[in-house]
Formats: sequence, structure tokens, C-alpha cells
Amino acid sequence: MAEHDHDHSGEHGSELSAMQLRVRALETVLTEKGYVDPAALDAIVEAYETKVGPHIGARVVARAWVDPDFKRALLDDASKATGTLTLANPAGDHLVAVANTPTLHNMVVCTLCSCYPWDMLGLPPVWYKSAPYRSRAVKDPRGVLADFGVALPPSTAIRVWDSTAETRFIVVPMRPPGTEGWNEERLAALVTRDSMIGTGLAKNPAAVA
Amino acid sequence: MDGIHDLGGMDGFGRIDAEPDEPVFHAAWEGRVMAMQRAMMYAGAWNIDMLRYAQERLPPRVYLGVSYYERWTLATESSVVERGCGDSDELAAGHALRPGRPLARTLTAAAVAEGLIRGGFERAAPGPARFAPGDRVRAKNIHPPTHTRLPRYARGHVGTVERLHGCHVFPDTAAIDRGEDPQWLYTVRFDGPELWGPDSDPTVSVSIEAFEPYLEPAPDHS
Repeated sequence: MAEHDHDHSGEHGSELSAMQLRVRALETVLTEKGYVDPAALDAIVEAYETKVGPHIGARVVARAWVDPDFKRALLDDASKATGTLTLANPAGDHLVAVANTPTLHNMVVCTLCSCYPWDMLGLPPVWYKSAPYRSRAVKDPRGVLADFGVALPPSTAIRVWDSTAETRFIVVPMRPPGTEGWNEERLAALVTRDSMIGTGLAKNPAAVA
Repeated sequence: MDGIHDLGGMDGFGRIDAEPDEPVFHAAWEGRVMAMQRAMMYAGAWNIDMLRYAQERLPPRVYLGVSYYERWTLATESSVVERGCGDSDELAAGHALRPGRPLARTLTAAAVAEGLIRGGFERAAPGPARFAPGDRVRAKNIHPPTHTRLPRYARGHVGTVERLHGCHVFPDTAAIDRGEDPQWLYTVRFDGPELWGPDSDPTVSVSIEAFEPYLEPAPDHS
């Protein structure tokens, strides 16, 4: 982000919101006490705005689609397997990858707060952290999918993973038909954030043609 | 605690409203408060379970009524005070009025890349695991008044142990500054109708990540 446009400069002439003032007070107190370094805060914000995001998880999924050995290793120990890739952000501990099949669809939620695989997907969208999703995902996952425009065959089993500890989950969606011979880079463009949460499917190749 | 944060299975919140092309942050202050939390946890001021517990103790109408990062801001303010890092008069003044207690370390810009790598929560096991994959277990009917990670919808219900994840920091004690007290952690899967009744969708199953103190052997007949 631009230098300190959040803070002391660049906002003259505009009215600061109550939240801006409140957070600025907090940052000033913590900085004056030596607890936080504003330059480090800048770097954290920049990392999540520009470096860490769903493109990382998409690369992992695309590799799993083309490399059965990697897929096996990923499903066995995702933290270890993703460590073998050169990613912008190394995966932390206790990452668990779960794969969709024609008979099983996986969906990830955190009913108690907002646990999410930040290392693979970046920061979660607002809906993931919202009461409608957190309340319904465990009880009515088919209704949740309908809100996202996804209809699975009634016979497809749905498995919901509630992230109630420090384990983190990423869904490996099914590889779309019509992508035979595609390389990892092309395939990665089909892997959406929602498909790795389990509220969506990978894109149809026609959508990116 | 049986708080408003424990939302799993509640009705009435309406449809899910996904914002197309959502930005990472909707205002610059959201990024600042997220980053402050990361920096303060890196410094050892508090831990992730304390952050969660601070949010859970917000009044229910506040918890539901404010945005996600407003909740983080409120929880950061209360944690600063509770953890001896500042006082409310300082937050009101917007300046430090006295020195804070020393913390273990300060996150510098140069250390951010390393500081953002997710830390490990696995610890040495104090003893053997009580359960194994395939075991039938019941989530205990417990209602601790403080932080717990056993959701209400699972309590009293019988499921199957699927995975053993090793021994992990126990949130119930870590959140209230009573140490890490590592406990075995399991993935426990419940059939939908076990949780939501015989009329619910039989193709649904739900798993939780359950610490060993949350579980007991299932009764023989189940």
C-alpha cells in the first residue's frame, strides 16, 4: 500500500471515521510503548494485500491434478507436501487437504470464529466469517451451496469440516472435464477460492477460454 | 462459555451474501488492526485463544452488531488492558501515558516474512492417547463457563474418531492463562441425523476437531 495513507497523511480535508480514530489511537499507544513497529504493520498489510492469496492454494490444487504422487502426499500430510513446492508463503503446521470425488463433496467452516487456511488462501472473505455461513454450513450445507448457485446430485455425500482447533483445511476440488493435457498454470486459473473452501466448484474450461 | 459466538446450527441469519470481487480490506484501519494483532501475538502479549475469548465475551448484541474487524478492534482494546499492556485512559487519550510491561520481542519489518509463518501447536505427549481411529466416542455434555472449542451442537452426540493429530495446546487453559496443558487432538465425524435428527439430510456428515478432554467412550449400545 502507499506509504501511511492509512494514517497521518493523505486524509486531510476528509472526516475520519470513528473506527479510523479508534484504531489510530490503539496503534499510537502500542507504538509509543514499543510493542509494535508501524513499518512491520505496513509489511503485514502489504503481504496480505499483494502476496498471500488463493493463487497459492490454486497452484497446489493444480499440481495435485497433474501429479498423482503429489496428490497422495498432499492428502497424507499437506503441510509437508506443500513445503516441497516453491510458494510465496510457506504453509504452516497442521494443514489438512481433503479431496472431492464424484460421490463426496467437502466443505470447510469455522462455526466458533473464523479459522481459515491463511497460508493457502489469504484472508477469508466477509461471508466466511459471517453468522449466516457459520450457522448454516454444519446443518444445511446443501442450502449453503444453493446460495452459491451450486447444486450437487442428491446422492453426493457432503462432508463438513468444522475448524475447531489449529488444524486448517483446504479442499481439492474435482478437475473439470475437458482439461486433458492442460499444464499446471492453465489449470490453476480454474481453481477458485470458493472451490477450495467447498462452497464452489472449479471453473468450467469454457469460462476461461 | 455458551456464548453467541457458538453459531453452528442456529437458524434465522438469512442467506449468505457473497460480495463479488471483494477487496482484502474494506478500509485501511481493518488492515492495521489485523496487523497489530499479529504483531502483539508475535510479541507474546497474548495468544490466539485469548484473542478468541476476548471476542466471545463481547455482549451478544455487540458481537452480532458490529463488523468482523470492529470485533477485532474491541477485542484488541480489551486484551491490551487485561494483559497489562495499556490502560483505558491511554486508549482514550490516544497516547501512552506510562511505560508498559516488557514483552518478549518486537516484530520488525525485516522479520515479518518469517513472523507470518504459522507457528506449531503440537507439543510433547504427556501420556498415551486414549482413543484410536475407528473408536466410537461421545462428545461430553459439558458447559465450561470460560473458553472452549467444543461447539454446542456436538455435545452429547456420538461420532467416530477418524484421525489422531498428535498432542496440541489446549485452548481451554491457554485462553485463561493457565498454560498449554497439551492434549490429544482428534478429528471426530458425526452423521448428520445424529446431530440434527432423523428427518435431516442423511447424506451429510460433520466433523469437529476435538481435544481428548471433550470426549468419552460411547455407550455400548450406540
